[in-house]
Amino acid sequence: MAENDKIIDEVVGNDYKYGFTTNIEQEFAAVGLSEDTVRFISAKKNEPEWMLEWRLKAYKAWLKMEQPKWQNVHFPNIDFQSIIYYAAQKKKKVINSLDDVDPEIRSTYDKLGIPIQEQKLLAGVAVDYVMDSESVITTFRESLKEKGIIFCSISEAIREHPELVKQYLGSVVPQRDNYYAALNSAVFSDGSFVFIPKGVRCPMELSTYFRINAENTGQFERTLIIAEEGSYVSYLEGCTAPMRDENQLHAAVVELITMDNAEIKYSTVQNWYPGDKEGKGGIYNFVTKRGMCKGKNSKISWTQVETGSAITWKYPSCILKGDNSIGEFYSVAVTNNYQQADTGTKMIHIGKNTRSRIVSKGISAGKSQNSYRGQVQVHKTADNAYNFSQCDSLLIGDKCGAHTFPYLEIKNMTGKVEHEATTSKIGEDLLFYCNQRGLTNEEAVSMIINGYCKEVFKQLPMEFMVEAQKLLSISLEGSVG
Amino acid sequence: MLSIKNLTVAIGEKKILSDFNLEIKDGEIHAIMGPNGTGKSTLASTLAGKEEYEVLSGEVIFNGKNLLEMGADERAREGVFLAFQYPVEIPGVSTTNFMKAAVNAKRKHHGLDPMDAKDFLKLMKEKLALVEMNKEFTSRSINEGFSGGEKKRNEIFQMAMLEPALCLLDETDSGLDIDALRIVANGVNQLKSKNRSFLIITHYQRLLNYIVPDFVHVMYGGRIVKSGGKELALKLEEQGYDWIKEEVGELI
Repeated sequence: MAENDKIIDEVVGNDYKYGFTTNIEQEFAAVGLSEDTVRFISAKKNEPEWMLEWRLKAYKAWLKMEQPKWQNVHFPNIDFQSIIYYAAQKKKKVINSLDDVDPEIRSTYDKLGIPIQEQKLLAGVAVDYVMDSESVITTFRESLKEKGIIFCSISEAIREHPELVKQYLGSVVPQRDNYYAALNSAVFSDGSFVFIPKGVRCPMELSTYFRINAENTGQFERTLIIAEEGSYVSYLEGCTAPMRDENQLHAAVVELITMDNAEIKYSTVQNWYPGDKEGKGGIYNFVTKRGMCKGKNSKISWTQVETGSAITWKYPSCILKGDNSIGEFYSVAVTNNYQQADTGTKMIHIGKNTRSRIVSKGISAGKSQNSYRGQVQVHKTADNAYNFSQCDSLLIGDKCGAHTFPYLEIKNMTGKVEHEATTSKIGEDLLFYCNQRGLTNEEAVSMIINGYCKEVFKQLPMEFMVEAQKLLSISLEGSVG
Repeated sequence: MLSIKNLTVAIGEKKILSDFNLEIKDGEIHAIMGPNGTGKSTLASTLAGKEEYEVLSGEVIFNGKNLLEMGADERAREGVFLAFQYPVEIPGVSTTNFMKAAVNAKRKHHGLDPMDAKDFLKLMKEKLALVEMNKEFTSRSINEGFSGGEKKRNEIFQMAMLEPALCLLDETDSGLDIDALRIVANGVNQLKSKNRSFLIITHYQRLLNYIVPDFVHVMYGGRIVKSGGKELALKLEEQGYDWIKEEVGELI
């Protein structure tokens, strides 16, 4: 057993590579949360009155709500009065081209391996860069505009496209949906807005890169994606943060809406700082992500690769309202050291012949806890609904835990729900077998993990797939020797 | 090829091999037989480098190098291959990908570039034929849902792919029906060469009808107590192990 411990320590013991900070002059909101904070943020963003009202309504609802306790994660009470709710670059200037971006910020993204540079643009990915509370720059917007696609920061959308924002913001995740969604609705600072008009297939991947930089600051971004009839978009989200001893809160809300025959593919590679090997510091990632298949034959597909965060707590979900609509959820969640994850999905079948597919791959190493929580609801109206769920757990070593909490609510007897689950372990016998064929422990683990996650990885756009594979081997490096 | 001198091995408190000696020259085939619990599989696992077996004393020299100083992976890259008695399943990893990783790990160790895809596929095709396996085998996850016979054939296939110098076969014949036994034995026979040696651990003489050994050793109480030619195996088959126990009774 002692050998096994050594092995685990070695593979799991790799350092976080994105833990630096950027020195830019920033301005902050006063510490803590009050009605004034909400007004301050709204004023900073030059928001119209209706938006401020919307925020205040959320704030008032939040005051009456309580932090949920049902999730299988443990953390000390969060003091919401010790968090800074707004941090932005001080030197404000209008950014018209990449050359106008602060060199410090540019070098931050360079260090992250995602240069805001021409060659990246030529690779055909349009990116919105968000640091702390504001969007830094959105690339490629002109060529997208020609097709009628709107891709900008949510702050800008509030000012430039109020009719769309008014109509859809909060339509999938209402202000009082849950504690953290209410908080986000009150204080959200930036995020991305995407609108794909009728019949348009977005010609490139759209991507947002979120970076927490400032200390003691929460990040509350808001993303809203609308796909009109017969349109298609693939959207990617990536995240990192500096290493800090204290925990930082990230409470985002993402809303997706698809009309008839539209499709949104939403991929996340989440790599927030997970805390150190003793479990100190790290991001609390409490996120509400939900998509509404509003139109018939529409489709929403979530793919997530979760490697970071001290605590991950999120359930990207699909409301399958349109007849024949399809919801998909593909997830790889890795926990190591003292990380905790309680993640999964909700598939809510309302329309006829709606179908959903859940593929969840949990990997636990070190002393971490990894839970899958999934809910499948088949409502009375959902004739011939079909769900397939596959929930697999992989354990590395014997100090970690994997848990599965499936919930099924079936109110229509024509529905069909299938659930499969497996648990496997990378133990000494498996490693010895691989060693005996000439592979080191790290080569063996990386090969096994990639095989195990294949079904999820192949859902990712090529560029992200490679990144995800690398990320996984990095986060598990040292978990076997 | 292999020289084992005074090897004493324990698991926890329990001594399994004691003062074990064996010399294997290039191209030789040695068979080790013996009753259950005499340390045959321990010998194979120790040579392959399984960590839980603790070497208390003795030395093992493999092609001039001290085998006991190497980790299991390095021993494999140096040319030691163990065909497992109970091969493990690796979900999600196809035999093709596994072999590609293994073959290239070995090539890298010997300063060679990774094999290109075309050559690799050609090599696979050639080696699959040795064990009468079809291509579809190699796209399945390793050993997942394989029958006992398929798992053992896959072991011999991997052995053929990696072209080791020293092949350790740990009860490869156990659980095989007569057809599978013939296929496995044929595979092994085709791999015989003057630069490759075999150590075959078996309970039964029947495997040795197909793979003819140069030497047969009987293990008892953690060491070799009797050695002979292939006729020794026949005698054991006829008379069992009791006469050996009697003969060596005083020694132990």
